Amino acid sequence: MITLKKLHKSYTAGKNSLHVLKGIDLKIERGELVSIMGSSGSGKSTLLNVIGILDGYDEGQYTLDGQLITNLSEKKAAILRNNMIGFVFQSFNLIPFKNAMENVALPLYYQKVSRKKRNRIAMEYLDKMGLKEWAEHMPNELSGGQKQRVAIARALINQPRVILADEPTGALDTQTSYEVMDVLQAVNKTGITVVIVTHEKDISERTNRIIRLKDGNIENNFINSKIKSYA
Amino acid sequence: MLDLDKWQEILHTIKQNKLRTFLTGFSVAWGIFMLIILLGSGNGLKNGVEHQFRDEATNSIFIYNGRTSDIYRGLNKGRRIYPDNGDYDWIVNNLSQLEKISSSYSIYGDNQISYNGEYGDFNITAVHPSYHEIENLTPVDGRFINQNDLRENRKTAAIGLTVKETLFREASPIGKHIKINGITFKVTGVFDADNNDRENREVYVPITTAQTLFSRNDDVHSLRLTTKEVTVEESKGLVNTLRSKLSQRHSFAPDDERAVYISNHIEQYTQFLNVFKAIDLFIWIIGIGTIIAGIVGVSNIMIIVVKERTLEFGIRKAIGATPSSIIGLIILESIVITTFAGYIGLVLGVGVLGLLSNVMPANDFFMNPQVNLVIAGSATLLLIISGIIAGMVPARKAAKIKPIVALRDE
Repeated sequence: MITLKKLHKSYTAGKNSLHVLKGIDLKIERGELVSIMGSSGSGKSTLLNVIGILDGYDEGQYTLDGQLITNLSEKKAAILRNNMIGFVFQSFNLIPFKNAMENVALPLYYQKVSRKKRNRIAMEYLDKMGLKEWAEHMPNELSGGQKQRVAIARALINQPRVILADEPTGALDTQTSYEVMDVLQAVNKTGITVVIVTHEKDISERTNRIIRLKDGNIENNFINSKIKSYA
Repeated sequence: MLDLDKWQEILHTIKQNKLRTFLTGFSVAWGIFMLIILLGSGNGLKNGVEHQFRDEATNSIFIYNGRTSDIYRGLNKGRRIYPDNGDYDWIVNNLSQLEKISSSYSIYGDNQISYNGEYGDFNITAVHPSYHEIENLTPVDGRFINQNDLRENRKTAAIGLTVKETLFREASPIGKHIKINGITFKVTGVFDADNNDRENREVYVPITTAQTLFSRNDDVHSLRLTTKEVTVEESKGLVNTLRSKLSQRHSFAPDDERAVYISNHIEQYTQFLNVFKAIDLFIWIIGIGTIIAGIVGVSNIMIIVVKERTLEFGIRKAIGATPSSIIGLIILESIVITTFAGYIGLVLGVGVLGLLSNVMPANDFFMNPQVNLVIAGSATLLLIISGIIAGMVPARKAAKIKPIVALRDE
């Protein structure tokens, strides 16, 4: 599903160049539930952004679902993101002036689905997240766990191949974190590839595979045989 | 543009962000409102003063009788100087720029004028036929006194509207005979001096007839003339020529401005026109300043709005918004707000002007404040376009920004 070959990425800030990813080789198969771990500055968020086509890369090769991702125009990248990828962020990134249902429905707006239809579909996804009663609430009226579940519903509504979650539990307490992980594991069970960036060990222990990054390189990459689940 | 869903999305955004919408809209509405008030007030001033000139032709020079202010060649100070028929003839024969001329001789005292048992005290003014054109009298019925009346010393009279209404009420006065101080005159026509009550109480008779019947000399009280197209300088030259000729004919000092008063309306009117050009210019400078302030206001707010929404655009891009859809969102929103606000400013401005002209009684300095709607509309359009351009720059920047940078920029 996701193939990275000798991927390099550096950021330039003024005269200084920061080499963040130093030749990453990685393959993630369809339907995997993978966590990327590492201390801050290890390049894990950068890697996720490259995979999510939110950011470009300098050298190497990135293939997503058989499609080479290189030098895409902004428009093509936007369309690919819309069709292939669902994002879940640490800070939820819901649009504050839209209610839960409208937030969930937004990706379908960019697929030119009619308002009525996309709101109906959004309600279905909210229902799956157990948030049907909260559909009309604004983000600031929801708890952290509820916001993240709304964000996951939004990530799922365009039926993506991959869910990319950047520290999805970083802003949540333990109990809520586990609930969110339950949801992500359930999503993965439907066949969607899920990649989670986290620095929490107990979160990574609930994924099939743990990839550890250190200073822009993959330190180790192993299958988690004793996957934990409360689901 | 005609995508209904897009409009719904924009209207929703506008509705959910009332303060931001209000601030953007307010600077536009205020700019247009002030511009309309300014332009309207300027026009009100102009209309008021132009109304002051309504009674008289604006290319006219009037010569009034006066008193000498000094001894001249052994002649007394304080002598009365009247223009006379000789002056009239000299002007007719010698002044090449002359367009129309009339003498005016008022017969003072109680002039009892009657018709068929109706009586009234009115003014009698003896004039030449051009008088009604020089004084902008509007014919209501019949004709003014004419050249034949003068040549044959006919006892004819043109009467003001008030005279007609008093003596004849609803009936037509044309061809009827009225008595002026016991002498019978035939009415030729009725004239209206645009609600000027004094002038509507006049009875105009031929100058020749009046001089024969009443004054028995050839003095007149004033000479009123209009000129062909002349510049202010030329009109001043004319006044000098007239004064020196009159001083020769009536033996007074050529520099004695009180021996005869010469009032130069050309100069006055041109001065007023210049004042108005200055006022116009002033209003436009302020107006353009107001528009620029509006443009700067809109631009500032657009820049702030886009900055404030960077995260939102980042989110939208992450979930599949193309750069052009982001630009479209910002621009359309800006168009909707500025158009609506501009329209409100326009309506309010025109409304306040309307209220002003109703509440303030029309006077000589302020009348019918109006505004050219084409100008007001263009100003609104200009603000809308500048709103678009102002939004375009940050919008393009926002659209170009990588979503990851926008999302990090919290």
